[in-house]
Amino acid sequence: MAESATSQEMAKMVEQPEIDFRALDDLIKERFAGDQENLIMILQAINKEYNYLPRPALNYVSTRLDVPLSQIYGIATFYSMFSLEPRGRNIVTICLGTACHVRGGERIKERLESHLGIHAGDTTEDMRFTLETVRCIGCCSLGPVVTINEKVYARTDSEKTLKTLDQYE
Amino acid sequence: MRITKKDQLQKIRGEVQDSIYAPTLLKINVGMATCGIAAGAKDVYDKAREIFNEQEVLVARTGCLGLCEEEPLVDIQTPGQPRIVYRRVSADKVMELVEAHQKAEYLEKAILGQMKDPRSILEDDIDNPLKTIFSSNSIPTLEEIPFYSKQLKIALRNCGYIDPESIEEYIGRGGYFAAFHALHDMEPEEIIEAIKISGLRGRGGGGFPTGIKWATCRKAHGEKRYVICNADEGDPGAYMDRSVLEGDPHSVLEGMIIGAYAIGSNEGFIYVRNEYPLAVVRLIEAIKQAENHGLLGDDILGSGFNFNIKISTGAGAFVCGESTALMRSLEGKVGRPRAKYIHTVEKGYRDSPSTLNNVETWANVPAIMSKGAEWYASLGTEKSKGTKVFSLVGKVKNTGLVEVPMGTSLRTIIYDVGGGILRKKKFKAVQTGGPSGGCVPEGLLDLPVDYERLTQAGSMMGSGGMIVMDQDTCMVDVARYFLEFLQEESCGQCVPCREGIMRLLQVLTDICAGKGKDGDIELLEDLSDTVVKLSLCALGGTAPNPVLTTLAYFRNEYETHIYDKKCPGGVCKELFYYEIDEENCNGCHVCFRKCPEQAISGEKKEVHTIDQEKCIKCSICYESCKFDAILIK
Repeated sequence: MAESATSQEMAKMVEQPEIDFRALDDLIKERFAGDQENLIMILQAINKEYNYLPRPALNYVSTRLDVPLSQIYGIATFYSMFSLEPRGRNIVTICLGTACHVRGGERIKERLESHLGIHAGDTTEDMRFTLETVRCIGCCSLGPVVTINEKVYARTDSEKTLKTLDQYE
Repeated sequence: MRITKKDQLQKIRGEVQDSIYAPTLLKINVGMATCGIAAGAKDVYDKAREIFNEQEVLVARTGCLGLCEEEPLVDIQTPGQPRIVYRRVSADKVMELVEAHQKAEYLEKAILGQMKDPRSILEDDIDNPLKTIFSSNSIPTLEEIPFYSKQLKIALRNCGYIDPESIEEYIGRGGYFAAFHALHDMEPEEIIEAIKISGLRGRGGGGFPTGIKWATCRKAHGEKRYVICNADEGDPGAYMDRSVLEGDPHSVLEGMIIGAYAIGSNEGFIYVRNEYPLAVVRLIEAIKQAENHGLLGDDILGSGFNFNIKISTGAGAFVCGESTALMRSLEGKVGRPRAKYIHTVEKGYRDSPSTLNNVETWANVPAIMSKGAEWYASLGTEKSKGTKVFSLVGKVKNTGLVEVPMGTSLRTIIYDVGGGILRKKKFKAVQTGGPSGGCVPEGLLDLPVDYERLTQAGSMMGSGGMIVMDQDTCMVDVARYFLEFLQEESCGQCVPCREGIMRLLQVLTDICAGKGKDGDIELLEDLSDTVVKLSLCALGGTAPNPVLTTLAYFRNEYETHIYDKKCPGGVCKELFYYEIDEENCNGCHVCFRKCPEQAISGEKKEVHTIDQEKCIKCSICYESCKFDAILIK
């Protein structure tokens, strides 16, 4: 089976995280009081921990909170911050809010797509970058902006952004 | 310390006034909202902390002063000397600025202005602390520079003036006195009456009268009532809620405490969008401080009233800004709106009566209770009272947050406050109201901005985004952009919105790709009509607005795209090409060096040419040419 897998699939297989079920249980029961109403925030915490929502973790949440997996799937696919696929080590997010759009955010996206050889929403084969877009992070006066992981790069353009990528391994 | 008496509030206020208005040491305030940090404010703050000893120089952080274009903004005051705001301060420069201050000199080039009067609107009971200081020299005052001179700050009264993580500084600026007065001296009905008289309307976009909302909720049947703050600021191009939460979170908490008491609620929520991590941090800190001071929890301010606030973060869904969707999301479910035959004030969160107001609305409440409903009602226009915060962004010189009285004209906002269009280009339109709003053309620039007039113009107030567009903007592309946004964000449960928006987008995409055909405009109008009339919620009901307003005001651009196969704005790539103007090109070689595709050739000091086969129309040459020699054909 390993022979037929593409390198991207291989990379993703390697990246499969170990789930710390004990920590997950504490998260659900203690931090979020085992309350179904906190489901979205529980998923946010898992997404933050693993950079995506691993299936085994979702199965556990489903059992522990007594919420059908289908409902969790509904939430995971409805809200844009969740990912069901492993994401890269660095998340590059291009703001496509209106102010950034009129100041050329779209052009930065096109340049990055061609530079990285992926479309927005995808991850490079080496798992180094995931390219995403966001509709406004509220830095409209400094547009166009790009965020890499948590850091916001303001008043940027495609050339500057390409140079910045080198800082991230 | 739990506050139960007004004397205690007074005492804190008196102590803090000294420290914020008459520091005993040189004090540096660094504007540290997300916008400031993105521009480098954190480096400035860290550097200042590192080089200055606490015994010699005080380094503090504040929220955003509004003129985000000039971030990082830093204000510096030496005891007894003017308080000066500097623009675009880098970490390297801060030392230089401070050394100059220590010699009572100021680096004029970096000065934005000196504060003439730092008091907030709630502090007219004290003298201007800078009264004797500001007049003694010739530096221009902040209040008189065009960006600030037309503004009146009510919701933004503390942003940029206080440390957002200090409850004492909020109290020092007259905060929590309104809550004390309301909880101790007023009946809930009196508060509701005052809010009704003030004329305050929902600042999130709907414009529903806040007092009526509260009154209906108070009367609705239900064991428990809920108070919700909508901080799911999803409109692209609008960020006033972020700024208030990051710069003055206590103003929102105080508004919610007053509202909860008026409605009869003991439990509140703040639903913040996930894209605003700093706002969440500041809110959590503010809630903790309020609890420690007896301003949240049991027996608030010794009045016997109990109220708690929880924070819930959104997970990236524009539709969750809609009240019924937001409440479902609060319940941990998929955020799909429901029909509002029964309003949320009667059956909202957990099917209980719920009052949901936007951040800016809540931040206005303490000011109204402090200064009086009549004062608030005296500002603005006949049906739209008070002020409105706009985020003035796009192709305008002074980008930032501006708060002006309702009824101020678009021209004043864009040209006086905003300083006009970037790089001497020509104004084309201003987009207001987010994706549900519309584009207002030059002919309507003298329109006084209020809820009714923007709606009459085919747009809407929305949450206050104001995106200025110049000649290089394609209006068909703008409509396509918003429809693309709305198609992604439609929750998909009702057919007119899900399918209608998709079809509108397909038609617009075709037009932008040069595949427009006769009858497309009529098709757009017909489809829009259906989507408006039949959609379940406001997202769908207003989704065609960007199409309808651009069709109303810029129909010729659609026609040029469809019949002439041209994009005059130079945006739709299939419909234009760049050409070098032989007269204007002086062979400076800038475009040659910058072109990522090596599509430009020519010797230095000679006219260059573009190889159309290689050109990918990335616009880098167009934007970098200082001689207007790149033409859109």
